[in-house]
Parts: sequence; C-alpha cells; structure tokens
Amino acid sequence: MATVATHQDAHSGPLDNRKLLMWLFLASECLFFGGLIGTYLLYRDRSTDIDGPFAHDTTINGIHYTGIYDIPFTSVSAFVLLMSSVSMVLALAAIQRNDRRGLQVWLACTALLGLTFLAGQAFEFTVFVHEGLTLDENLFGTTFFVLTGFHGAHVSVGVLILLSLFVMAVQGKLTHKQSLNVELAGLYWHFVDVVWIVIFTLVYLIR
Amino acid sequence: MAGAALEPRPTSVAEALRAARRQAGTYNGIWSWIATVDHKRIGMMYGGTAFLFFLIGGIEALVMRLQLATPNGTIVDADQFNRLFTMHGTTMVFLVVMPLSAAFFNLLIPLMIGARDVAFPRLNAFSYWVFLSGGLFIMSSFLTGNPNGTIFEGHLGAPDAGWFGYAPLTLPQYSGGHGVDYWALGLVILGVSSMAGGFNFAVTIINMRAPGMTLFKMPLFVWMTLVTSFLIIFAMPVITVGLFELLFDRLFNANFFNVQAGGTPLLWQHMFWLFGHPEVYILILPAMGIVSEVLPTFSRKPLFGYPFVVFSGVAIGFMSWGVWAHHMYTTGLGSIANSAFGISTILIAIPTGIKIFNWLGTLWGGSISMKTPLMFSLGFIAMFTIGGLTGVTHSVVPSDYQQQDTYYVVAHFHQVLFGGALFGLFSGIYYWFPKFTGKMLNEKIGQLHFWLMFAGFNLTFQPMMILGLLGMPRRISTYSDGYGWGFWNMMATVGAFMIAASILTFIINVVVSMRSKERAGNDPWDARTLEWTIPSPPPAYNFAEIPVVTALDDFWHKKYIEKESGVVVPAMAGAANGEEHHGDGHGIHLPSPSYWPFVAALGPVIMAFGFIYDFALVPAGAVILLIGIYAWALEPATEPE
Repeated sequence: MATVATHQDAHSGPLDNRKLLMWLFLASECLFFGGLIGTYLLYRDRSTDIDGPFAHDTTINGIHYTGIYDIPFTSVSAFVLLMSSVSMVLALAAIQRNDRRGLQVWLACTALLGLTFLAGQAFEFTVFVHEGLTLDENLFGTTFFVLTGFHGAHVSVGVLILLSLFVMAVQGKLTHKQSLNVELAGLYWHFVDVVWIVIFTLVYLIR
Repeated sequence: MAGAALEPRPTSVAEALRAARRQAGTYNGIWSWIATVDHKRIGMMYGGTAFLFFLIGGIEALVMRLQLATPNGTIVDADQFNRLFTMHGTTMVFLVVMPLSAAFFNLLIPLMIGARDVAFPRLNAFSYWVFLSGGLFIMSSFLTGNPNGTIFEGHLGAPDAGWFGYAPLTLPQYSGGHGVDYWALGLVILGVSSMAGGFNFAVTIINMRAPGMTLFKMPLFVWMTLVTSFLIIFAMPVITVGLFELLFDRLFNANFFNVQAGGTPLLWQHMFWLFGHPEVYILILPAMGIVSEVLPTFSRKPLFGYPFVVFSGVAIGFMSWGVWAHHMYTTGLGSIANSAFGISTILIAIPTGIKIFNWLGTLWGGSISMKTPLMFSLGFIAMFTIGGLTGVTHSVVPSDYQQQDTYYVVAHFHQVLFGGALFGLFSGIYYWFPKFTGKMLNEKIGQLHFWLMFAGFNLTFQPMMILGLLGMPRRISTYSDGYGWGFWNMMATVGAFMIAASILTFIINVVVSMRSKERAGNDPWDARTLEWTIPSPPPAYNFAEIPVVTALDDFWHKKYIEKESGVVVPAMAGAANGEEHHGDGHGIHLPSPSYWPFVAALGPVIMAFGFIYDFALVPAGAVILLIGIYAWALEPATEPE
C-alpha cells in the first residue's frame, strides 16, 4: 500500500517544525533589539538638550541635575519579570507531567507577573512624562521610550499568548499532547526576559 | 492499493485542476485562490503579481528615459521625476525581484526536496497576501500621497526621497505630504511578508527533505534559497528598526534623525546599508541558484565543483554582512574604515568569481543544447561578470569618490540586478514554465525575446557607464545641452524601448504557448532533479509516493548509468519513469484551505492607513489581525480522515 505520511511528519530534522520556527524568529528578534539597543548606545550623551531630564545624575556648567531613573524601583520590576520565567518553567513542567491544575496556576502566575511588570513600566513612563521627559522632548527621551516601549510591546504580546493558553487550559483544550504550545510560549517569554536583562544593564545600570 | 487503483492518476490539466479543487475543499472560483494553501498556487500568484508590478516599474523607467532622451526634457517636472525614480527603485527591488524569487521558492522548493508542501502552508499564504497588500499600499501613494492634493486634482503622489530614503531628506520638513509615510509603512509590511517567507523556507529546507536527501544532495537552487532565507531573517529586522525610527520621527516628532537634537543622519545610512548589502545578495543568490540548475541540464553534465559553488554561496552570505559601508565612503567615516570596507568588498568578489568559473567549467566539454533557458543563463553569466567587475571598481575608495552619485553607479547596479537577477529569473521562467503549465514556451519567440532583451539591455546600460564617467549625476530630472551627454542618453532611451519590446515579446510568447495544444510531458529537458519525475503540471499532492533519494541529481542517476568506460547509457527502460510510482494520492492528507491568512493580512495594511490618516483605524486593523491569527491558530490544520 502506497501510503503516505502527512506533511507534518515528513520532516527529517531533529527539531519540530514549529520549534525551529520559534528559534529562527528569536534569532531574528536579536537583530531587531540589537538595532534599537545600538541606537540607544550610539545616542548616549549626544543629546544637545542641556537642561532637559537626564538619565543619570549629571553636572553641566556647575549645575547639578538629578538622574530621572529610579534604579531601586526598576530593579524590583526587573526581578518580577525574572521570577515570571521561573513560573513559566513550572507551567511547562506541569503540562509535561499532565498536571492540569498546576498548568493553570503557573500560567496565570506568569501572566500576572508579566502584567505587574507592564504596570510598573506604565507607572515609570507616567512619572517620566510628568518630570518633562517625552518622546519628542530630546534625544534621550526618543531613544529611551522607543527601546523600552518596544520591549513592553513584546511583553504585552507574551501576556496575550499566556492568557490565551490559560483560557485553553481552563477549557481543558490544552492537554499534555499539546505541551509544545506551552514550550513555544516559554521560549518566547524567556527571550523577552533575557532582552530585559540586557536593556536593564545597558540602559539603567551602566552610567 | 485496490481502492487507489480505481481512480486514474491526473494526466491532463483538467484532471489536475479537479484534484486541486478537491484539495481546495468546498471553495470554488476565486475563493479557492483566496483560501489556497497550495505552494504551487501561491507561487503562481507571487509570480503573476510580481510581473504586474514589473510592468508598472518598467513604465516608470520608460517615462524617465523619455524625459532624459534629449537635453532640457519637458515630459515630467523635477518633482514628478523624483517620485518616478523613487518608485521605480522601490518597485523593482521589493515588489519585483524579491517576490519573483519568492515565486520560485514556492513553486520549486517542495518539489525539489520531495515534499508535499512547505512546513507552514498557511503562513505561506499569509506571506503572499501581506506582500500583495503591502505592494498595493505603496502603489496607492500615487493617488493621495502629494501634499498639494490628490492625483484627481492633477497632483502625482508617491514617495520622492529615493529608494534608500536617506534621512534627514525623509523628515517631514523636507518631504512633506504622505509619500514617505507610504514608503516606510509599506516597506515594514513587505518586511513582514519576506520574513514570514524566510522562516518558512528555512524550516522547510532544514526539516522537510525526502529520505536520503542529505544537505549535500540538495539541488543548488535549494542551497541558495536556504542562504537567502537566512539573509532575509537577519537583514529584515535591521531595516525594520530604521523604518520604525523614521516613522517615529515623522509621525510622533521623535528625534532619531533630528540633527539639532543631536541625532545623526549617518545612523540611517548604517541601518539601511547594513540591511541593504545583504539585500543585494537576497536579490542575486536565487538567480545564481537558477543558473546552477539550468547549466547542468543543458550541458548534460553535473554542475562542476558542486561543493565549491555551495560553499561560495554560503561564504557570500556571511561576507555580505561586512561590506555595507562601501556605500558610504564619501560620508567621512575615515580612512581606516574606508580601507577595511574596501578590502572586504574586494574579498567578496572571490566567492562570486569562484561561481563564475564553476559555471564555465560546467559548460566546458558539455554537449550543449542552445535552448532559451540556457541563452538567458549565459546572458546572466556575461552580464553579471561585467556587473561584478564594475562593482570591484567601486571598492577602490578613490575611484569610488569619483563615481559616487553618477550614472556609473546606476549602470553598475542595473548590470547586476537586471543583467544578473532578471536574466537569471527569465532563465528560470523558460526552464520551469512547462513543469507548472504543461506547455512549452515557444522556442523561436523565446530566442527573439532573449536577443531583443540582451541587445536592449546593453544599449541601455553600457551608455550609462560612459555617462557616469563623463560625470552625469544620477537623479537629475534634466540636463543642459552643452555637456555632451545627449547622444548616450538617446542610446539608453532607444535601448530601454528595446527592452520594453522584448517584454512584450515575452507576453506574446506566454499567450501563444498557453494556447498551443502541444503537451510538454513530465521531463521535456531531460533534466536532473526531482520535480521532473512528476506530471506537468504537478498534482496537488506533488508526489504520490515520497521519493527516496540516493544521489545528487537523483533523477539523472535513475535515468542514466555510467559504464566503466565512462560512457553514459540510459538505464533500464521505465526504471526511472515517474509514472511507475504507485498510488494516486488517495489517503494523502493535505493541509486544508483556509481564508484566515487572507483575513489576517488585511490587518497590517489597515493599521498602516490608520497611521497616515486616522489613528482610530490602527486598533481596528490590530483587531482584524488578531481575529485572523486566533481563528487560524484554532482551526484544524489538515482535513479530517
């Protein structure tokens, strides 16, 4: 009988198609954030706006300006985002051992931690705008908001994916046969976390 | 087997279409095209759409050539001329050569690697629809992109800042109206399409090869597609960042390219060319792959030095990331940077040269049949060699200082992109036309097409070399009498119309050939690769039985045996005949048709219009995109048993 594999199991590679796609997508995202981070670094200290808000404590012509970054606050929200990676790992472990309740709990937990991070970012942006730093105010504002904003957009997409998976899990449509879905969401989520570590270090910590 | 034997294999176009319709399930007519996920249909849509854009881009070129034919031309004014050359470049690069290459990826890759479809058929459909919507979006700028009014009030729209959109020229104070917004948003949309395609073909080639087809048994076109896919995956995000920065500057008053705020125009140039130089290899590598398939077939010899051609293609892929600043010698990067990029540019000529010698080696001693596909491939080699050598002259920094922004540069890149990429793509069209239509393109008209295009091409672009050396700057809308440029400009215009005549010849050839009753058969060229083992046009499921590959040029080795004396003789009759395979495609589960990719593709273009005219459309477009993606993710991917 001339039978025949479906298009899905005809593959000869060691990685599932979708997983390979996700890895390639993340590789491509590296260049995307590389471009944005590169722009930020290129424009560090190039702003001609000599009395606009500054990232860090600055003294110009004997006048001292306090830096706008609130490092302790952002450290906490960075910690929250890192912890969400832990709960993401636990969600994947739960679905792989067919633990439906654990899956729901940890997916919800990851999404909530992600939302907490986004709330922190929204608060930070609001404070900055009140202190006079906007997208069009100066070069620092432009590069800061676009870089961290695009990261925030990525976190938002991740939260959307996590919430969708959570709903599917509650409906019982996400069984351990579909654990790949959670694994893919996890790859994306961890990537977004790693990008934040880079941004937090290069943008906030290094003076 | 018993049940399978009842239904005959599709042997005619009608039956193949019936099979395709069966695959398209409940959809008929235009809906079957909108919902199709069949890589062959998507490939044809890519090719047809790109060809229409090619005609538009060609007409733009003809208008410009008419304007420049004589000194003090008055056909268009400077403003319209700016829009024409911007759209000509943007169209030919992003809406013609890239999607024509994508058409070949779609049509050929699954067939060449012995697969039933690509890894992600619906993502593939999404790529096409996003490409179409992005292309139409950019084209629609002609209607309303002008700050002074619409085309209906006599104001031609369209972007006017050149196809590489140098900042700060692209900022609102220098480029008013919406033309540049259309350009930047359109390129972001087209980038989404290209990246989706790049991911899809990289995964397909890595994961979906037939049993036995190791990497070094892959046809060369597959190799070049793989390299191109990786270049797309890594190059597109870079231009996307640049375009986002430009859009933030234009739409939200950001300061990325605002020099007064401390921004630098050089950032755009670096971003653009860091994408732009891999991009030129994205344009040329697929054509090189096509030529590497055509030459062995028509020389009846294996490709000379296959591993060298593969590795030089891979080397080009890597090195293309280290040459971008040769577009920027005159921006004052300093002599060290200029020297470094000059050296890397000279070095990248080496793998290219290796390929050319391997192609010549393939022809050497072959039993050559001078059919149209081979003519175009030979045209490719000759013209691309001139183009490559003029490129090497650009790598020499002082020489480049002299030629910067002259017609010499215009001549050079048309020599590689038209003389190279398009000749290669036409070679591919003549070569694979019978596979996908079941009809041969007429050989006599084909030869006429080739000679008209070859002569017209040289008459157009060699005079531009001279004009460039005489100092004629590019992008001027007219010139005075006394420069001595009139004669060569007239020659170039005559040549451009010869090219137009050759394209007309091609269209006539397609019409005549499609009307012919003659059938092409499975393997009209006595070719070497897997796609020729199956019927023409291929059934929806491609291969009734997934082939098992044992050699490079597997089909050839099944057809012919080399005796110990070195004489090649046909193998046992029927042994290699594709018809001998069993099965008729019953029991094959093809991916189900889906119109959600089409719906999802409407989202980005609606968002883009929203960014230009009314921000309220942005969330509307986003919702449509999300609905499309969710419905797509939740529907079953294959038809049930």
